[in-house]
Amino acid sequence: MSKIDTILLAHGGGGRLTHELVAEAFLPAFSNPALAALSDSAILAELPPGRPALTTDAFVVDPLEFPGGDLGVLSVCGTVNDLAVAGARPLWLTFAVILEEGLDGALLHRLVAGAARAAAEAGVAIVAGDTKVVPRGKGDRAFIVTAGLGVVPPGRELGDRRIVAGDVLLVSGPIAEHGATIVACRHDLAGPGLRSDCAPLASLVEALLASGADVHAMHDPTRGGVATTCNEVASRSGLRIVIDETAVPVSPQVASVCEVLGLDPLYIASEGRLLAWVAADHAGRALDALRAHPLGAGAAVIGRVETRAAGRAPVALATAFGVERPLDLLVGGEVPRIC
Amino acid sequence: MITRRELFDPAAVAGLIAEIRARAAGLKRRVTLMEVCGTHTNAIAAAGLRRLLPDTVRLISGPGCPVCVTPVGYVDRAEALAARPETTVCTFGDLLRVPSSSGSLERARAGGADIRVVYSPRDAVGIARANPGRTVIFLGVGFETTVPTVAAALAEAEAGGVSNFLVLAGHKVMPEPLSALAGDPDVQVDGFICPGHVSVITGWKAFAFLPEKFGIPAAVAGFTPTDVLRGVLDLVGQHVDGKAEVHNVYSRVVTADGNPVARATVDRFFAKADAVWRGLGLIPGSGLDLRPGFSHRDAAAIPVEVGEPEEPAGCMCGDVLKGAIDPPDCPLFGTTCSPATPVGACMVSSEGACAAWHRHERLMGAGR
Repeated sequence: MSKIDTILLAHGGGGRLTHELVAEAFLPAFSNPALAALSDSAILAELPPGRPALTTDAFVVDPLEFPGGDLGVLSVCGTVNDLAVAGARPLWLTFAVILEEGLDGALLHRLVAGAARAAAEAGVAIVAGDTKVVPRGKGDRAFIVTAGLGVVPPGRELGDRRIVAGDVLLVSGPIAEHGATIVACRHDLAGPGLRSDCAPLASLVEALLASGADVHAMHDPTRGGVATTCNEVASRSGLRIVIDETAVPVSPQVASVCEVLGLDPLYIASEGRLLAWVAADHAGRALDALRAHPLGAGAAVIGRVETRAAGRAPVALATAFGVERPLDLLVGGEVPRIC
Repeated sequence: MITRRELFDPAAVAGLIAEIRARAAGLKRRVTLMEVCGTHTNAIAAAGLRRLLPDTVRLISGPGCPVCVTPVGYVDRAEALAARPETTVCTFGDLLRVPSSSGSLERARAGGADIRVVYSPRDAVGIARANPGRTVIFLGVGFETTVPTVAAALAEAEAGGVSNFLVLAGHKVMPEPLSALAGDPDVQVDGFICPGHVSVITGWKAFAFLPEKFGIPAAVAGFTPTDVLRGVLDLVGQHVDGKAEVHNVYSRVVTADGNPVARATVDRFFAKADAVWRGLGLIPGSGLDLRPGFSHRDAAAIPVEVGEPEEPAGCMCGDVLKGAIDPPDCPLFGTTCSPATPVGACMVSSEGACAAWHRHERLMGAGR
């Protein structure tokens, strides 16, 4: 049993307690030689062929634990997914925690175990880390910052500039489950069947690309949801995206939480869903590849890409009633601290 | 797993549209129908109903968004109260971004004021109970639907001896502004789609004065696209048949007499008072202030320094709220005034006519 029952300021002081924390909380969970060396920098193996991809993300989710995941799981999935959707195979992660004095030691162990589980699932090693402790009242229990290094294999070309008019837009499963779960927890609305979708997408992406489908670009619709991601893509590609309202998968639980709180699922985050822009004649092949993977069982074609027309919204929703309406960027952050 | 399809019923919508088109063929002129509820405003815009209706039926939004019609001076006072020591201001989220004369509650919060978003006035009572050393002020903005929840919070505070819970009353009621609009010779409204939520409290009879006094037909309607279209169909039918009555097409929820218990709770704490509506001006008897017996709950009685409120220049919200123009007819719309940088009343809240139009109906080409 761990000796760490409560995080003290001294756990971040660099002395004996810091060593104890690292040895007890982090090393066994993340177990790998590069981390175990505890050198100032992790010295890694040579990169496989391809172009390195590097990303970083900070995680401040509240609550720290929620159905389907926790801050630790999220901090790994978020960074792994940013690499994966760029076409990179994730290899190594760093893991920095900012803890508030007084944090429950058992909770920290659970968050670290969550991160370790997600890393194992994603096939990445957490090779470097840092721990800081701030005085009680100066932080909110735990924040985690991860960075990830991966490699885009030779010949793999993905990006919004590759998207062309006529492409179709696929989603790997029901949307908005992470964000809806988090807000439901905050408002005591969580019920059976509602759980975060947070999951590492690396293997799903590899399965999709291995199918031979002509994938032009991929994104994960996190903060701001599908509508926001599509706006960013429309802006970078100079094209127009039309989403078919009747095709977008939304679970009844997510739909009811959103209804009660006045939220639109199209603007709510997923943390384990993939958006893929695919050549139209490859849509079937891509859909089959996604659906054959456990994380893509609920995949669907939800939209299409058109050329931009003057005076028309860059992203539009084709409603169930046969008219279109614009899907703008969200103004203000209506759901803070979801990741 | 269901899709969004099952949250709506496109076949029913298509059927109602066809019925409205058939009935509207009998209209002798174009009719303008006004709804007066932010939820209607959004339901109509989000479903794109305007683009489905025949040209002879025009839908406009009246003063139905409580945040939009809240005057700048109210927000200024809330900001000043939040700046006092040991004070916590609780509000619904909508009000945070509304421009005050010098900033907004959102900016005041970033500057260190203790301003908290709650989903219910009773949450604010809980905050007051947990913080006996602080004055906790709930910003009471809303119509007949919202006021009973504020009254219930006041009742809870009274019963529980929570002496540090106060309300800054900015509530408003619906019949008076509708009466003002119906009686305004500059306003051409041929029918009112009356607010279903408000009617749950007031009962549909509260809108009988529209046909009786002004000869304008009214239909109390709910908030799904089919609910709204049933209201439109009813009003078009009344015009074709030469009738002017109040009809309840939301009978699964609304009764003739409403909810007397809720009204009695409101009546215990609040009394009608004159109120200023942003864009419309002073309307006698259109507000609800705390009764003198509850002055110890009245945050308006706390002395704070508030300057003369500065209304935005060039804004045509008054004309939008009266239905004289559609939002895009205002020169500020979509240029200096947008949801990100709202200038006028109708753009500040997500429920406002201009915000809904900007979000759902802009850049959709023909058939605006």
